[in-house]
Amino acid sequence: MTNKYTIPIAIKNEIDHVRAKFPSNENKPAIIESLLILQHHNDGFVTDSIMRSLAEYLSVSEIDVLEVATFYTMINTEPVGRNVISICNNVSCMLRGSDDILKHVEKKLCVKVGQSTTDKKFFLKDEIECLAACNGAPMMQINHKNYENLTLDEVDDILDKIK
Amino acid sequence: MNVKICTETFESNKPASLATYLKYGGYEAWKKIITEKTPKSSIVEKIKNSGLRGKGGAGFLTGLKWSFIPLENKQKYLVCNSDESEPGTCKDRDILRYNPHSIIEGMLIASYAIGASVAYNYLRGEFIDEQKRVFDEALKIAYQENLVGKDILSSSVSIDIYSLIGAGAYIVGEETAMLESIEGKRGMPRIKPPFPAIKGLFGKPTIINNTETLASVPKIMRNEPDWYKNIGIGDSEGIKMFCTSGHLEKPGNYEIPLGTPFRDLLELSGGVLNKGELKAVIPGGSSVPVVKGETMLQLNMDYESISSAGSMLGSGGVIVMDHTTCMVSVLQRISRFYYAESCGQCTPCREGTGWLYKMLTNILEGKGTISDLDTLNRIASQIEGHCICALGDAAAMPVRSFLKNFWHEFEYYVDKKQSMVS
Repeated sequence: MTNKYTIPIAIKNEIDHVRAKFPSNENKPAIIESLLILQHHNDGFVTDSIMRSLAEYLSVSEIDVLEVATFYTMINTEPVGRNVISICNNVSCMLRGSDDILKHVEKKLCVKVGQSTTDKKFFLKDEIECLAACNGAPMMQINHKNYENLTLDEVDDILDKIK
Repeated sequence: MNVKICTETFESNKPASLATYLKYGGYEAWKKIITEKTPKSSIVEKIKNSGLRGKGGAGFLTGLKWSFIPLENKQKYLVCNSDESEPGTCKDRDILRYNPHSIIEGMLIASYAIGASVAYNYLRGEFIDEQKRVFDEALKIAYQENLVGKDILSSSVSIDIYSLIGAGAYIVGEETAMLESIEGKRGMPRIKPPFPAIKGLFGKPTIINNTETLASVPKIMRNEPDWYKNIGIGDSEGIKMFCTSGHLEKPGNYEIPLGTPFRDLLELSGGVLNKGELKAVIPGGSSVPVVKGETMLQLNMDYESISSAGSMLGSGGVIVMDHTTCMVSVLQRISRFYYAESCGQCTPCREGTGWLYKMLTNILEGKGTISDLDTLNRIASQIEGHCICALGDAAAMPVRSFLKNFWHEFEYYVDKKQSMVS
């Protein structure tokens, strides 16, 4: 059993802003964006106690929050590395050599896809959908920023510059 | 004819700015509608007569869809589907970041026409950095100019627009799954009927349109009734963005009249990479059947022509493959995607997509048998048409078409335990 998490006022304000987009009698719609906000302020993942506090704050049941947290792949329920790397290897990227990029990054960071580096600097995300940058293939996203038309050397440069 | 609609602002210095959009006649249609109090029905009629079809994949007539909304005066919603994630498709991301005001104006006109006072733009989670930021900035300015919001330009018309962000789930692009997601639930498609136009978001009548579709609306409204209809070649009406990717010299987004020969699109895209030989094309996003290169070269980029070859225009995601492509590997990759993205609600899709992926992986590992190929076809036919939404069909169609068009290559792989091309 983890300690109770208190949602800071600043985050509550952000969540209230999300809620204002929906009819006042609807509590659930704010769950997805609130989880993304909470995750952003918690090293990229949400804990059970965070989800419980959100459920309480939104007056929804805990299972409503857990269902969303486990359905959507961008919400992490386990600790991950600080910088999230998503390498698209769907068809368009595969045709332009994304498998080599992925292998290269796995080797460089000594991780397999789905794992974080031991120093928690990087998380090589799994379950990557097509990232809708097909004509910039091969591509990757790091912390939601796109890097397109990649070569292996460029991948090295980009990763080496990240703090 | 060199007409541009959604991509009109793309080459400008500040493509996303209000000034740029106004320069191209932006918001003229909207201002005219609210000052003249244009009857809703005449807007719906005009869009219907223009022949505008949904550009997200299904190609349904937009005006007809709008006309399904009940006339009575009650809460209704408009949803713009910016959850772009069909593999091979990357057009909406550019409209969002280079022409956001066209989406906003399209959403306003559509909301007015269907009588919705609230509209949502649902963007995929991965668009949070650039596309959402740019769209939100444009929206803020549109609010400041009172083009959106309460009592718009003192017309007593009020429409609020909000942007929403997803969190990673391909299935949410399916319109009823999107409604579930907006309601804060898992993105599981609903059984239809009731259709969203009758019972949609929060149980209220709702119209869901794709980003490119809505972004096309303002310019159609601004022009003469037949203007849009007359763009295009032969019987194909209108214009479409095509996202070309794969083995091409200049992959990109090209907005061209429907009916343009595929050869011309290939040429615009710089031709096959390294002067390679055209082997195959997936013409409308990874869900649609693959077409052999030599067949594709005879086709035009319109609904009828592509469908005459047994495929679909779909989302406009044109994936080009050259002679070095291993079709077994490509199909396995496609199948992995649908396996990962099945929401798990319908058994044929949940289990079937897994079987397809695992069998194809087996074949790639040299453990396949010739009877597996028939089994793949059988599983695909048992998924197709047996699920709530089209994801199951989307998983099945590539399997059947790859096997049909490239059977010898699959046969070779199971026999020799290696690819025919490497």
